[in-house]
Amino acid sequence: MTLRRTPSQTVGPFFAIGLCRRPENELVADGVRLVGRLLDGQDEPVNDGVIEIFDSASRRWGRCGTDAEGRFSFLIARDAPHVEAYVFARGLLKHQLTRIQLSDAEQEDGALRFDIRLQGDRQTVFFAV
Amino acid sequence: MAVSDEQTPIVLPDDPEFGPDVQLDYPGYRSTRWRAPNRPLATLPEELHQLEGPVFGEDTLGAHDDDLTRQHAGDPLGERIVVTGRVLDEDGRPIRKALVEVWQANAAGRYHHEVDQHPAPLDPNFSGAGRCLTDDDGGYGFVTVKPGAYPWGNHENAWRPAHIHFSIFGRLFTQRLVTQMYFPGDPLFAYDPIFNSVRDPKARSLLVARFDLEQTQPEWALGYTWDIVLGRGASATPIES
Repeated sequence: MTLRRTPSQTVGPFFAIGLCRRPENELVADGVRLVGRLLDGQDEPVNDGVIEIFDSASRRWGRCGTDAEGRFSFLIARDAPHVEAYVFARGLLKHQLTRIQLSDAEQEDGALRFDIRLQGDRQTVFFAV
Repeated sequence: MAVSDEQTPIVLPDDPEFGPDVQLDYPGYRSTRWRAPNRPLATLPEELHQLEGPVFGEDTLGAHDDDLTRQHAGDPLGERIVVTGRVLDEDGRPIRKALVEVWQANAAGRYHHEVDQHPAPLDPNFSGAGRCLTDDDGGYGFVTVKPGAYPWGNHENAWRPAHIHFSIFGRLFTQRLVTQMYFPGDPLFAYDPIFNSVRDPKARSLLVARFDLEQTQPEWALGYTWDIVLGRGASATPIES
């Protein structure tokens, strides 16, 4: 038996009431901060997106809605080589999945910095999933 | 066919070739223009294909999280409904302990969210958010009120059909889905670019719950049933049963 998959729909602009009811962006008590911005194809901040990261080493999830400048912030294990990141936003009809290689991330005020670009020549590499 | 000011079609014709996939750059849904990715996708790393959870936030369920009508001192206004269904994989196997999160507008079509400026009343007895874990049969269930339709400014006289937002974490890392559940027979279907971004009409019909007299509770609430099917995981070998 093969059933048909349920299609995706956008998370919309009001997801915070369901998905961001409490802070869930600290995967560890003591770690390194991972910060970045979610940007659209015109380099404008996406202020109604949500990023979910998974650290397969610690097997922990985190979730963070983007702020008015499109920023997100997580506290992750210092020794994590990479985290997977799901991206959701108003105007994005299906989530996207990427891998943030922490060795590639820029250093910024003691934090790791990785911006996610949804579209264009500098688009983030997303996986087929 | 509804047409916007710029003569962009709001709704494109059906196209079964899309199957279960949405059209990311759907012109009638204006916000996709600068947000839909348009570069080739990379191959999913092998180690993610069958990577198992854990499920996000499964330890944070609270009382009444699955009953949106009992989260405040009084009863919310509107048509009380129960929404039940099963979370399955493509082989029809139940997905146990999947996290199902929902959020929705109130019966008047207003979200309890500061960005929502629709001039319809907030309901002090309705926040519009819930979560639950599926049982051993993959079953989930919520008690809530039927959400109202609401205007959304995408184009002239644009109204969203009534819907409940669903977020699901399955057993596998890749079994992640955010979608919307609609109600049968909604007259707004034909005009909604988000609903119609699923261009295969058979796939689109999977977003619509069915009225279910079996689940309807006498003198209490109408019942709707909606099953959710997640992918089996990339390159997984189907298990012979």
